[in-house]
Amino acid sequence: MTRIAIDPLTRIEGHLRIEAQVEGGTVTNAWSSSTMFRGMELVMRGRDPRDAWLFAQRICGVCTTVHALASIRSAEDALGVQIPENARLMRNIIAGIQWVQDHVVHFYHLHALDWVDVTGALRADPAATARIAASISPWPKSSRDYFKGVQDRLRKLAQSDADLGLFKNGYWGHPAYRLPPEVDLLAVAHYLEALEWQRDVIKVQALLGAKNPHPQTYLLGGMSLPVDPTSQAALNDARLAEQLRLLQFAKTFVDQVYIPDLLAIGAAYKDWAHYGAGSGNYLCYGDFPSSVSGDTQTFWVPRGIIEGRDLTRVLPFDEGRIGEFVTHSWYTYESGDAAHKHPREGETTPRYTGPKPPYAMLETDGKYSWVKAPRYDGKPMEVGPLARLLVAYASGHAQVRSAVDSTLAALGLPPSALFSTLGRVVARGIETQLMADQVLRWHDELVANIARGDLRAHDGSRWDPASWPADCEGWGPHEGPRGSLGHWMRIKDGAVANYQCVVPSTWNASPRDAAGTPGPYEAALIGTPVADPARPLEILRTIHSFDPCMACAVHVTGRERELVVRVETAR
Amino acid sequence: MAAALALPASHAPAIAAALGSAKRPRVVWLEFSGCTGCTESMLRSENPGFAEIVLSLISLDYHETLMAPAGEAAERSLREVVEGERGRYIAVVEGAIPTGEGYCTIGGRSALDIAREVCGNAAATIAVGACATYGGWPRAHPDPTGALGLAEAVPGIGVVNLPGCPVNGANVAATLVHYLTFGRLPATDQLGRPLFAYGQLIHDSCERRAHYDAGEFVEVWGDEAHRKGWCLYKLGCKGPTTFHNCPVVRWNGGTSWPVGAGHGCIGCSEPQFWDANSPFYDRLPDVPGFGIQTRAEQVGLGLVIATGAAFAVHGVAATVAERVAPIQHGDEEHKP
Repeated sequence: MTRIAIDPLTRIEGHLRIEAQVEGGTVTNAWSSSTMFRGMELVMRGRDPRDAWLFAQRICGVCTTVHALASIRSAEDALGVQIPENARLMRNIIAGIQWVQDHVVHFYHLHALDWVDVTGALRADPAATARIAASISPWPKSSRDYFKGVQDRLRKLAQSDADLGLFKNGYWGHPAYRLPPEVDLLAVAHYLEALEWQRDVIKVQALLGAKNPHPQTYLLGGMSLPVDPTSQAALNDARLAEQLRLLQFAKTFVDQVYIPDLLAIGAAYKDWAHYGAGSGNYLCYGDFPSSVSGDTQTFWVPRGIIEGRDLTRVLPFDEGRIGEFVTHSWYTYESGDAAHKHPREGETTPRYTGPKPPYAMLETDGKYSWVKAPRYDGKPMEVGPLARLLVAYASGHAQVRSAVDSTLAALGLPPSALFSTLGRVVARGIETQLMADQVLRWHDELVANIARGDLRAHDGSRWDPASWPADCEGWGPHEGPRGSLGHWMRIKDGAVANYQCVVPSTWNASPRDAAGTPGPYEAALIGTPVADPARPLEILRTIHSFDPCMACAVHVTGRERELVVRVETAR
Repeated sequence: MAAALALPASHAPAIAAALGSAKRPRVVWLEFSGCTGCTESMLRSENPGFAEIVLSLISLDYHETLMAPAGEAAERSLREVVEGERGRYIAVVEGAIPTGEGYCTIGGRSALDIAREVCGNAAATIAVGACATYGGWPRAHPDPTGALGLAEAVPGIGVVNLPGCPVNGANVAATLVHYLTFGRLPATDQLGRPLFAYGQLIHDSCERRAHYDAGEFVEVWGDEAHRKGWCLYKLGCKGPTTFHNCPVVRWNGGTSWPVGAGHGCIGCSEPQFWDANSPFYDRLPDVPGFGIQTRAEQVGLGLVIATGAAFAVHGVAATVAERVAPIQHGDEEHKP
């Protein structure tokens, strides 16, 4: 038996540590730990609720915009604000392009190197790579000379400096890599192309949001970007034309590069449909309202729950059944650490009881992570692209059913293959393709609405704090790229009295709960093969399939109490 | 690039030569209590682009978000630079450094421990973003983890500060190119910020400045003045007290920037702006032409003393002093 620790677990956002027990070449037990805590909810107390989104957005710069959206929705829910149609569409487009850009970056820059041996590309025949590229896609950058150029560049990198920079010390040559060198070269070329593509397409967020990361045009009640086709300083025809061009470019790259690569790489790793199943329960809050009412029935991504991998029924979601444990997390509850608390009544006191740094191993019998353990009806839930896809598939969502069936047919896999490491990778690709289409529809809706003469982007009826109730609370759900996100805000006497978030990676990366039930990462690792414990490539595959975001995952929910100090002047 | 650095065009060949040189300097990029937004912003750099930077300009040997190896193999990548290239590599730091125990560990080591070793042995250290420069939001009241900026956490190492939330990737690229071209870090102000990027108030190069001077202000979100692009001062813009090149360089390859998209500046390149500048939609007091301008004599300069001279030139010392210095007034006095 070998106990290993992977820390830093790289190619993710933030600080994640995985400890695993390996016996006979297989993971038999695993522990997921986040090793960073900042305390956003404590910082949030006493702030102006209109400012909250600016703070909350900084929970994460990879999942930028998603916390801003959840936060502003929680304030709007608390204060009863309905945003105008233009604001609804702008927000949908900002969030939609976030999915598309973030998923492609995840595939090429955070996950691909688990499947692609960069040094294999050095051995490839560029002419054969060109033939493969032309056979799977009409993407024009597919000549022998193009791939030869990429290969030469890589070779120069390796030779002139005797190392590979970011690619140095990778697990190259590991027996679990099994792509032909020509496909390795194809993937490396697209890794580099995707670096440029991601930078360009995210300019949609700069057009609607001023900048990325951390867009700055949300407002309580709508958006700050004025809409006026006749003004140079507003969302006008020129900006909309540029937006359309970028959205079309996003779709073309997804259709012609990402999806063909995903299928080519996935086809070589079909055995990964047998590993990484996880907890088997899937949660999706749903999102992307089709009307300003925000009615959940109009969501483009449907809400629901799948339990026990049973795709024959979708259970209704009840926000009241969420509860968070701290039994194995570095926090304490006044009523004892065996209890769970709904985030609305969240109570947390951070108390680090882990080993004094520097340390070799965590004490996983006790508390071992800064991530809390959220549960729904007491059960661990996986959230994210796979959960969304399963809920939509089981709900009979026509676009999703058709996309899932055709993709699985292309790979020669049954629907049950989705419950796996490979399933998460495939699900992310499918929803990227669907979103790349959908965001163009929202663009058309926005243009049509402006053409009708509707220039409103902000509802100012609740801007003035004098219009607010003395005490109110709201919930802001959002489906971010990594899954179901919720912010809860309580407003008292014009200031934030309590603020809490339960974030996608909080669900997925959670440690054990009071009953000792492992979180989704921990459950997914059990049974994962490990050919060489000193080079645990296979563990990276399963963990990366979730797309971890640890800055998001760790938060502290402030203990409910009266606001004593209004935070305004500096420390 | 030469334009971003405000260099004469004659420097362009030197930059090109530096960019094309065969030996790429080692760079390690450390991430502590941050959000990876500054890394993302670096990925948005255009001139040069990120792929060019890591393929031609530098050898990025350690960057947890992007590097191939994990765990012990990743730690080996760091060790090879810190021990094998001692005194010859560049350290870039993203994220604040918490001083409380257990709040940020990597490979079982504390952020502070890692920063001391890695930055202490570097040829040059660049702090990127609000958190690494001055503590960022983790340090905002009530500062739950005892967060510090790098220069305070590891004194005496000499740090160039590139604040912003996030940092603008264009400014990181320009700083790297400057260092590689001239062999030294760019000239800075008293807060360690390069003058090429933080030498001018946003207010002084703002595209809406003419409306301010003409007294044309947006009064309500979405009104005609807002659609026409009038000044956002009355809706809380912090451009008059913020040193940053946003109006000139803008964001995402020059696509836009907050004021250009109808939202006020929040002043994210200034120390402790999360506390000093909020509530963000409240109007700044004491900007020339508005309110009373006698605060500088009334309040102690406190923490702002280092920047006092710079601000005084622009006549807004009072604004900053009262917000950064210890509390000396009732809140009411701060309201415009």
